[in-house]
Amino acid sequence: MADGHIILQDLRKSFNSKHVLNGINLSVPKGHSLVVIGGSGTGKSVMLKCILGILHADSGSIQIGGEEITGLKGKARDEFLRRFGMLFQGGALFDSLPVWENVAFGLTHGRNVPRAKAKDIAIEKLSQVGLTAEVAKLYPAELSGGMQKRVGLARAIAADPEIIFFDEPTTGLDPIMADIINKLIVDCVKRLGATTISITHDMASARKIADDIAMIHKGEIIWQGPAKTIDYSDNPYVDQFIHGRGTGPIQMEVLKA
Amino acid sequence: MNPFQPIGRAVLALLAEIGRVALFLKDGLAQGLSPTYYIRQILEQMWRIGYNSLPVVGLTAFFTGGALALQIYLGSSRFNAEGLVASIVALGITRELGPVLAGLMVAGRVGASIAAELGTMRVTEQIDALVTLSTNPFKYLVGPRLIAAVVTLPILVAIGDTIGIMGGYIVGTRSLGFNSYAYIKNTADFLEVDDVTSGLIKAAVFGFIIAVMGCYHGFNSKGGAQGVGRATTNAVVSAAILILAANFALTNLLFSE
Ligand SMILES: Nc1ncnc2c1ncn2[C@@H]1O[C@H](COP(=O)(O)OP(=O)(O)OP(=O)(O)O)[C@@H](O)[C@H]1O
Ligand SMILES: [Mg+2]
Repeated sequence: MADGHIILQDLRKSFNSKHVLNGINLSVPKGHSLVVIGGSGTGKSVMLKCILGILHADSGSIQIGGEEITGLKGKARDEFLRRFGMLFQGGALFDSLPVWENVAFGLTHGRNVPRAKAKDIAIEKLSQVGLTAEVAKLYPAELSGGMQKRVGLARAIAADPEIIFFDEPTTGLDPIMADIINKLIVDCVKRLGATTISITHDMASARKIADDIAMIHKGEIIWQGPAKTIDYSDNPYVDQFIHGRGTGPIQMEVLKA
Repeated sequence: MNPFQPIGRAVLALLAEIGRVALFLKDGLAQGLSPTYYIRQILEQMWRIGYNSLPVVGLTAFFTGGALALQIYLGSSRFNAEGLVASIVALGITRELGPVLAGLMVAGRVGASIAAELGTMRVTEQIDALVTLSTNPFKYLVGPRLIAAVVTLPILVAIGDTIGIMGGYIVGTRSLGFNSYAYIKNTADFLEVDDVTSGLIKAAVFGFIIAVMGCYHGFNSKGGAQGVGRATTNAVVSAAILILAANFALTNLLFSE
């Protein structure tokens, strides 16, 4: 049971008549780092939210360690979520709480760790993402965008979860800090044995943190394979994406002048 | 076009809304009020809902008591019944005006702020983040606000009643020429415990309405700043209307014997 193997089968989700996920099939072995790439608006964030149960998938199966989790409710769901950490694309920091309480939140509220101890852990996690103890006292609104992102990261990893989702962990960071964060994510996988799914548009970051890469297009996984093989995928969609070409099989819906 | 169509549609929309509020209430009460309480949150909300509303409620009560004394004096002097001023002011304040005006003022102040705060938390994914930190948002956000509003509103109204009667007393003794001792004795002789408790029961119900409407509209807001604005307006308007309707129903119920 305590096995972080994630399997998605034929996961579907629509908003009204708009089909966002059209049958996602994905498998992430325990202790592996999967990076999901794909164009803007293709359903990457929606996929993560479906796994967490924040959005309800219309159909399909989500298994973690062999256990079906789509119908979990109440205590069972809280218990299940205790094994997760999530970095939201927009940060989603609690703006009424200072930074350290944000980072410590899952410890003090979800796990009943005493506040003093939780604070020490929070400051330790903040230092791992390059933030000093001074920042711990500030409120999220007093931070820059990149600092907020890093606080979100520290919050996601604060409780040393088994499974961590990173929605665009390096977006908005300078290249040096981005590299530090990449290393941190790799470290979470290597040292803690966590299973991670990261979403990114940054191919350099993807290559650094991924064991496997999956590409999502129009709500389906159109390619998945070991990170090293992405350059030889023979998939025109993947090639266009990783080389960032404006022309190719992926048509961006923009007005052509 | 069928002229009844818009009416039918409005009725259906209203019924659907009532259903949604009922479902929200079910979750709010079952999950929000079940054991393991966030004491910090409850105390903070009591401070914000109760203590911070004191000036508004106190000023409203004071001026209303004063105006009431003037009006009743004018009315009763037409048939030489000026002696009734003290007792009618006390009755009017404790039974009706104290709870209703405090309810309306607090609905404007607190209902709006609850809806705006929770609405912002909803659209910035902070409520989703709570879930991923294995904290039940009903327990963490809704429960404390419900408890705080139901507990503090009667206290606010009790204080408001006192200030309102004092307002009447000041006007009565300073500008209407009543004897101070007689005014107080008149008030004390006529006022019964039931007059006060019925007002306090009303206040608790109004507090419940304010918290439920604020939380419901906040929780269900979507679509950014505009959505939060709409949620805030709806919370205040619906709470105000429900308070007036509940006041009528409660007056019927409490004084029917
Ligand atoms: N709550 C929602 N209601 C309606 N539509 C939604 C909702 N959330 C997402 N969508 C739609 O689902 C689609 C996929 O959104 P999603 O956020 O998953 O994109 P993404 O792949 O993460 O893109 P990006 O790389 O820009 O973050 C979008 O077209 C969006 O309009
Ligand atoms: Mg996204």
